[in-house]
This record gives sequence, C-alpha cells and structure tokens, in this order.
Amino acid sequence: MMLTLLLLIPLIAGILSFFLKGEGVKILALLSTLATLVLSGFVSYEILVAGLSGTNNTLDFSMPWIPQLGTEFSLHADGMSAMLCLLTGIVMPVIIIANWNKEVERPWSFYGLMLLSQAGITGVFLAYDALLFYAFWELALIPVYFLCSQWGGEKRIAVTFKFFVYTFVGSLMMLAALIYLSTLNPGANSYSWANITHAGASLAPETQSWVFWMIFIAFAIKLPIFPFHTWQPDTYEQSPTPVTIILSALMVKMGMFAVLRWLFPMVPQGVAFWSNTVIILSIIGIVYASFLAIVQTDLKRLIAYSSIAHMGLMCAAAFSNTQMGMHGLMVQMFNHGINITGMWLIVSMVENRYGTRDMTKLGGMATAAPQMAIALAIISFANIALPLTNGFIGEFMLFNGIFQSASAYNIVFMAVAGLGIILGAVYTLNMVQKTAFGNTTPMLISKDMTTNESLAMALIVVLVIFLGVYPKPLLELTQSVAQMMVP
Amino acid sequence: MTMTNLVYLIPLFPLIGFLINGIGWRTIPKSVGGLIGSITVLASFVVSLGIFFEVKSTGASSTIVLFDFIQSGKLNIPFAFQVDSLSVTFLLIITGIGFLIHVYSTSYMHEDEGMVKYFAYLNLFIFSMLLLVLGANYLVMFIGWEGVGLCSYLLIGFWFKNRDYTNAAKKAFIMNRIGDLGFLIGMLLILFHFGTLSYQDFFGQLKSGATANPSMYNWIAICLFIGAMGKSAQIPLYTWLPDAMAGPTPVSALIHAATMVTAGIYMIARSSALYNLAPDALTFVAWIGCITALIAATIAIKQYDIKKVLAYSTVSQLGFMFMALGMGAYTTAVFHVMTHAFFKALLFLGSGSVIHAMGGEQDIRKMGGLGKKMKVTQITFLIGCLAIAGIPGFSGFFSKDEILAATFEHNKAIYALGLFGAMMTAFYMFRLYTLTFTGTFRGTHDQEHHLHESPAAMTFPLIILAILSVFGGYIGLPAVISETHTLRNFLSTSVSNIAHEEMAHNTEWMLLGISTAIAVVFSIIGVAVHRKPNFVANTGLSKVFENKWYVDELYDTIIVRPLNALSDMLDRFVEKMGIDGIVNGIGKLVRFGGDRVRLLQTGQVGFYIFVMVIGITILFALSFFWIR
Repeated sequence: MMLTLLLLIPLIAGILSFFLKGEGVKILALLSTLATLVLSGFVSYEILVAGLSGTNNTLDFSMPWIPQLGTEFSLHADGMSAMLCLLTGIVMPVIIIANWNKEVERPWSFYGLMLLSQAGITGVFLAYDALLFYAFWELALIPVYFLCSQWGGEKRIAVTFKFFVYTFVGSLMMLAALIYLSTLNPGANSYSWANITHAGASLAPETQSWVFWMIFIAFAIKLPIFPFHTWQPDTYEQSPTPVTIILSALMVKMGMFAVLRWLFPMVPQGVAFWSNTVIILSIIGIVYASFLAIVQTDLKRLIAYSSIAHMGLMCAAAFSNTQMGMHGLMVQMFNHGINITGMWLIVSMVENRYGTRDMTKLGGMATAAPQMAIALAIISFANIALPLTNGFIGEFMLFNGIFQSASAYNIVFMAVAGLGIILGAVYTLNMVQKTAFGNTTPMLISKDMTTNESLAMALIVVLVIFLGVYPKPLLELTQSVAQMMVP
Repeated sequence: MTMTNLVYLIPLFPLIGFLINGIGWRTIPKSVGGLIGSITVLASFVVSLGIFFEVKSTGASSTIVLFDFIQSGKLNIPFAFQVDSLSVTFLLIITGIGFLIHVYSTSYMHEDEGMVKYFAYLNLFIFSMLLLVLGANYLVMFIGWEGVGLCSYLLIGFWFKNRDYTNAAKKAFIMNRIGDLGFLIGMLLILFHFGTLSYQDFFGQLKSGATANPSMYNWIAICLFIGAMGKSAQIPLYTWLPDAMAGPTPVSALIHAATMVTAGIYMIARSSALYNLAPDALTFVAWIGCITALIAATIAIKQYDIKKVLAYSTVSQLGFMFMALGMGAYTTAVFHVMTHAFFKALLFLGSGSVIHAMGGEQDIRKMGGLGKKMKVTQITFLIGCLAIAGIPGFSGFFSKDEILAATFEHNKAIYALGLFGAMMTAFYMFRLYTLTFTGTFRGTHDQEHHLHESPAAMTFPLIILAILSVFGGYIGLPAVISETHTLRNFLSTSVSNIAHEEMAHNTEWMLLGISTAIAVVFSIIGVAVHRKPNFVANTGLSKVFENKWYVDELYDTIIVRPLNALSDMLDRFVEKMGIDGIVNGIGKLVRFGGDRVRLLQTGQVGFYIFVMVIGITILFALSFFWIR
C-alpha cells in the first residue's frame, strides 16, 4: 500500500495542479513532494531494517489490471528501488524549495507536469510488470517533452525534437521487444517480471543478442552512452533548470536502473556476449566526454559532458559483472543524483545573478557571493570524487569493480577509465577558477544565496559530506541487491 | 585508559578548529581566529607527545578502529588509525612544526582580510596530513593523501583574484591527481591480489610468504611510487612545487616542511615490507631521486627569487630522501625528513620575515645587507643554511651523511652523483645567504627605510626552529661516534630496513671527511663568489638553469596544447559534424516523411504525444479504480 501511495501522491497532485491558480500550485507541489520524501524515507528505513535483521527485505504489491493483455498492476521495492525513490523524494522538494521565489509562466501546468513526471519516474523504479514499466517510462518522459518545448531556451523546439527522436526510437524498440517476449508466455500475467525474464533467459543465445540491443538502445540513450549522447548537452542546455535536474538526477537513473532490473535478468547471455562492447563504448565515452567538457564555455554544457563521463564509468562497472562494482554502482546512482542536483542549483543561481552561463564572461564570485562560491567548491570537489565526499565512495568501488572483472582487458579498462579522474580535475577546476576566482564581474542582482536557496543547498551539502564520511546506511540498504545480482 | 586510545583527538582538534573558523570566517575577529587555529594544533601536539612517550616506553604498535567505512560483501575497510613508532614520529613533526607555523602566521597574516579563512584552511591541512599518517590502511592514507592536495589547492590559490596564483593552485592539484591515479591503481592491485588494504593484513601476508606473482610486488610498488612522485615533487611531476609559492609564505613552510611533500617518504617507509620485496622498484626510486636531486639543484643555483631557491632546494632534498629509500634505508629517509623539516621550515619562515621587511619584494638582486637591520632573522637563517649545507655539528650533516653512506654501500654511481648534489646545495644556499644578508642594500630607498626586524610572534618560531636545526641531528649519530642510533632503534618496531653490513670504521671516517670537506669548501666558495655580486644576463647552460631546463614549456608543448587541440577537434568534427550530423540527418528524414503524411493528419508531434499521455494516464487511472 505504501508503494501505491508513493505513486498516487504525485499523480493526483499533478492532475490537481492543472485546476489550481496562483500560489496554491506551489504549495501543493511542495506538500506533495515533502509527503513523498517522508514516505520514501520510511520505505527505505523499513527495507534497511528488514535487511539487517535478515528477514524478507522487499515490499510487494500486486493487483489485476488488464488481464486480457497479460499485464497486472504489480509493484516491487527492494533496496535499490527504495534508494532511488528516496533520491526522487529528496530531489523533488529541493527543486521546489530552490525555485520558490522564481516566477514561472503558467505555474499550474509547469508544476503539474513536473509532478506527473515524478509519478512516472517513481513508477519506473517500482514497476514489476513490463508493460506497466513501459507505461511509466512514457509517463515520465512525455511531461518532460512538454516542459522543454514550452519553458525552454531559444533553441527549444529544435532541441526538443532531437530529444524526442532519440527517446522515441528507443522506446518503440523496447516496446516491440517486450511484446515479443510476452508472446512467448501467454497468460494473464505474461508481462510480469518473473515471466518476462524467464521468457528472455530461455531464448537461444543468438536471439538474446539482438533482443539485447532492442532493449538496451532505449536505456543507452537515457544514460546516455557514447555515441547515443548528443541529445543530452543540448537538452540540458535548453531546458529550464528544474527540468534539467529531473533529467540528469533522476531520469538518467531510470536508464541505469532499467539495465539492472530488466535487461540483465532478461537476456543474461546477450549481456555476457556484448558486455565487453558496452564497456568499451562506456570507457570511450568517459574519455571523450571529458575532453569535450574541457572545451565547453557554457556551464550547463560542461556539466552535461561531465555527467556523461560519470555515467560512462557507472555503465562500465555495471557490465563488468562484479559484486563490488554492482554495489558501488547502487551507491553512485544515489550520490550522482545528489551531486548533480547541487551543481544545477548553483548554475541556476549563477544564471539568475549574472544573466549568463558563459564562463568567459563570469568571474569573481568568491568576492561577490562567497556562499555561492563555497557551495560551488564543495560540489565541484564531490564531482571529482574527493575522499570524504560522497562521490569518492562510489567511484572507488566502481573502479574496483572494473578492475576485478574477469575480462582479460580489465587493467586496460581501468587505466583508461582512470584518465577520467585526471581530466575531471582539469575541467572541474577550470570551471571553479573561471566562475569563482579572478576579478569581479558585475552582477545583475547583487545578492548571495537567499534563504530558500541556502536551505536547498544546505541539504545537498550535508548529504554530500555525511555520505562521504559514513556511507554505511546506503551500503547496507543495497548490499543484498548487489549480492543477488552477482552472487 | 591509555593515551593511545585518545589518538582520535589528534585529528579531531584541528578539525574542530577548521569547522569553527570555517563556519564563522566572516564574523570571528582575526586574532581570535588565529588563536583558535594555533591552540587546536598545540592541543594535538600535546596529545601526540603523550602517545609518543607511551609508544617509546612500550614499543607497542596498535590499531584503533573508529567506525566502518566501506563495507561491501566480504570486504571491510574500517576507518582505523595506526599508532606505532613511525606514525608517532610523523605526528610530532606535523603538529610540532605545524604549531610553530600557526604562531608565525598570526603575525604574518594579520594584515590580510581573509585571515580567519586562512587559519581554517591551515587547520584542515594539518587534519588531512594527520589522517594520512594515522591511517591503518591505504584507503585512510588516501583520504589524507587527496586531502592535502585539496588544502594545497586552497592555500596556493588563497589570493584568488590573481589568475597566476589560481593557475598555480590548479597545476598543483592536477599534477597531484596524476600521481593519485598511480596510487589508486596500486591500491586496487593490492586489493585484487591480497584482498585487503590494511597494513597489518597486507604486510602480514607478505611476511608469511603468501605470494602473488613476484613481479607483482614491483608493479604495486611502482604504482604507489607514482603517487609519491606527485606528492613529493619528483621528476616528472615536480613542477607544481616551485609554483606553489604563490600562496602565503608560511604555507610554503607548511607544504615544504611539515606536510604534503613528506607524504611520499612516509608512504614508502610505511610500505617497507613491500618495497623490500621489490628490488627493481627500489632501484627505480633511487634513480628518480638522484636525478631529481641533481636537476633541482642546478636550477636552484640560478634562481633570483628567494622562495624559488628554497623551493628547488626542497625538491632536491626530497630527491636525497628518495635516494635513501631506494637503498632500503627507510629510517635514514625519515631522519632526513625530520631534520629537513626543521631547517626548511626555518628557512621558509626566515624568507617570510625577509619578504615582510622588504614590503613583498622577493628578488634577491634587490636585497643585500639585510643582516644589519634583522639580526634574529639573519642568524637563524644562517643556522638553517649551515644545517642544509651539511656543515658538521648541524642536524643536516648527520642525516645527509647517513644517506650518502647508504648510497656508498649499495651504489657507487649514485653516491658520486649525490656528492655532486651536496656540493651544489652548499653552494646555492650560501649564494642565497650572501646575496640576501651581507654586502650593501640594492633595493629602493623607501624599502631601505622600511627595513625592520619582525615581531616576536615571527621571531620566536625562528629561534625554536634554529635550536632544533642545530641539535635535531643528535638522535641519529653515525656509528663511529655512537653505538646506538636513537631514531633507528625507535623506528625499528614499525619499519624494516634492508639489512646492511656494518661499515669499517676507517671507511666511515673517510666518508665523513669527504662530505665535510665538500660542504665546507663549497659553502665558502658560495660566499666568496657572491660577496660583490655582479648581475649579468645568463647565457648558455646558466640560462637553461635559470629557465628551469624549460620543462614547463616542454610540458606545455607536448601535453597541454595537444590535449586542448584534441578536445577542440573532437568537439568540432566528431561531436558536432559526425554524431550530431547523423542524428540530425535522421531527424530531417523523419520530418520530411512527416510533411508528406501531414495532409492526412494535423502533423504536430506535440499533439500526438499529448493524446498519448492523456490516454495512458486515463487508462491507468480508470483501470486502477475501476477494477478495484
């Protein structure tokens, strides 16, 4: 029941938003997201405690939906789903608090769409039925499409179109593959996780290897993995910052989550066959995106490429098939979401104060707005995985995972991926230097962080440090999932 | 309750200082900030002393687990501290010298508006360094390892309005990061082959003979050493250290003496059990150290910036320490770390006193005759020079001689080159001393009028350090003078040197004689040549030395610029024209198709999507409530 509530709160609040006017929308959005925060925190706590005491540490809910199609309304939460719901629960109110004083045109539909998207994202993390999963996947994406095209920057139409082409192609191929798999096991619940993974896993290896790509393309685009990534910098750049946060902190995790929850058990032999290919693509992506990040002048594009590099590392570890890598991946999914949210919050403050995101025109923030500069520095060092920030824990485990993989090239993989550590320091410190240091550029609004911005930022910073020093809760929450995936 | 159980207090005090000053940096008055910063480090020093005496009397080595850090599957890496003779020795150096530098800073930085922030960073620096030496496994060491990188970044770029300074800060961090990648790979290799990062387990496995492939020892040792190259400024990763003087001068003293650069020495001494099994790696370490010592010394001879001379002398002295490590004489390297910490902190703080008096001027061509106005600074600086040059009786003599003796025993080529390095050291230090403190003043009249001795908060640390620079060497007397080597005995519980044969006494006397002769003669030459300075533009080899062998330019040409060009090319051709070109091509194709079909439909993608989302939502909502 708690899982259903977790879905229904944003869904109902989202629909209600369209009928509200004025301030009420924001208050509704804040309350509903805070409610999901509390609820997801509670769910995570339950699962954590159950896991520690050794009892069944998953929550399940199931009821018939459209038996004619072979689909049921079934939800399932283990440590990984709970953690990602919690991430969603944290990020959504942070977005709303940070943007509290900002005027948005047509707030009712803006917040309505955001909440609908949240419902979709939560659904993706919880669905235990492939068709339900697909429905939530689309529910998460489509509001974002509207948000970009209505509230985005100058080039929003062209960029949204590109985003749409990419994701839609991926979605359709995934749907086709899911339908194909469901036909192998006809019945009232042929789309259930158990049936569909069973159907996939029993396929001949050759079949698995093409089914793999049909499904993986959708996820690879979402992650994104080189060379399916070019929608991302454009979309991040053109979207309004709250939407960018949803895209980068949460939706990217949908792709990673889907790989783990669906792709791996569904076509294990396909995965085994292609894993080196995917790891190589991922690692090319790390280095390639890092190089591109070095030459960016727009803050948003720089962070977009940085995120591609980080996701490349996560994806490489996912496919290296080690328990340590898997465990690190779980933790890193959460931490990346927290860090990049912090990054976008600062970018949005910078844009608000200076009227530009062009780093060649920025400078001197450490003098003019020291709080913002300190926040920028902390998040930047988390971004390059400095020890005692949350970024380090995951990255260390990910590298360890890649290194321990059975692949003959593990050392090469590790060494090349490791270049990302150095290049990451290069572009991140460049960014800090150009934005915070040097002579002061005049601000449009001469103001350091406002109360609501400080509140949102403080939450992020506390999480960055706390989980960097004491990652145990996160590790324990996801330990059993990692163990289950790679025994 | 023993003192050792209170070890967590040692890093805790500076951490508290950092938090107080860091959070209240805009409201706390300057002098209060300085007081908080200094007292917290003093407190750590006191606790360290207590633990030192306990370790000294019991000889015990203990591991104190604070909490679980990374736990995954069978792997458990705790946040744990190691208390033994090696870590305690470093604790005393870090907190002791760190405290003096804090005291000095209360006066030196008093005019700076960012003083409280400065003390916050300084405390964080001490905290990181303490974690580095206290860690009971490589991961905790790595936390401190990267932590000092962060702090050096913050402090080198402390005056952040100056682009050159922030560039130097960035360079320091990135160069260190290159080394850190080596360290990280080394750690992963240890984890992969031994399943642990804890010193106790790892060294235990090594000693019990549980082997991986023997060549693996060399690989692990070399990977870790790459980390040390970055942190301890060895070729090819040394160029950040001379640039690091962009920060306030006491920071240079901290980086060069008490923290940061000693990390690499500590790491190898700590890993002595590993390096003893890795002879090839040791040879590599020794040669890198030797070459670094020589190259840096040649550069130091031709620098005109008082801090640059000292910076290159640090690089060179670190080279000497790595030579010792490469001989398997780990305790000798630690001995030199200690004496070097005394006299290098003294010299840097002395140079700070000079720069303070000169109103920010750092060029020794514009100094001269400062001794008349600054007696304390002059005398203490002279003591520092005597110590680093290796004049008998001063601390540097004993430690440097021990290094040379070790190289003489194992590798005559390195011994010869080492002597050459020692020769240059004596020469450039007395060049520096003579040009700065003797002769006539060469600066402007205003500067001359302004010259004054520094206040007590600055001269007091100088005096203490001068005393240590004189007497600090007596804990490690050569065998011909004393039967017991106090420091080596103390360290023997935690560091295992490669066994060496006792040298014949007359050989040892001979070596002592050679070192002494070289130090004295070249000190005198250093003074004599520069008594009446005549500055002409350098040519030939001198010009190469003055321009630091053009290494920065070389790195710029073969690494920095090609990387930027590559990035630019990838952005333009692969990303925008290549991948995006294909995607947009597909997009256009779809649009073109859409245009044909539009005759039948409204043709707006948005409309379809809108219908779809509404449809899905309704389907979902209806069936959910209906079926229930």
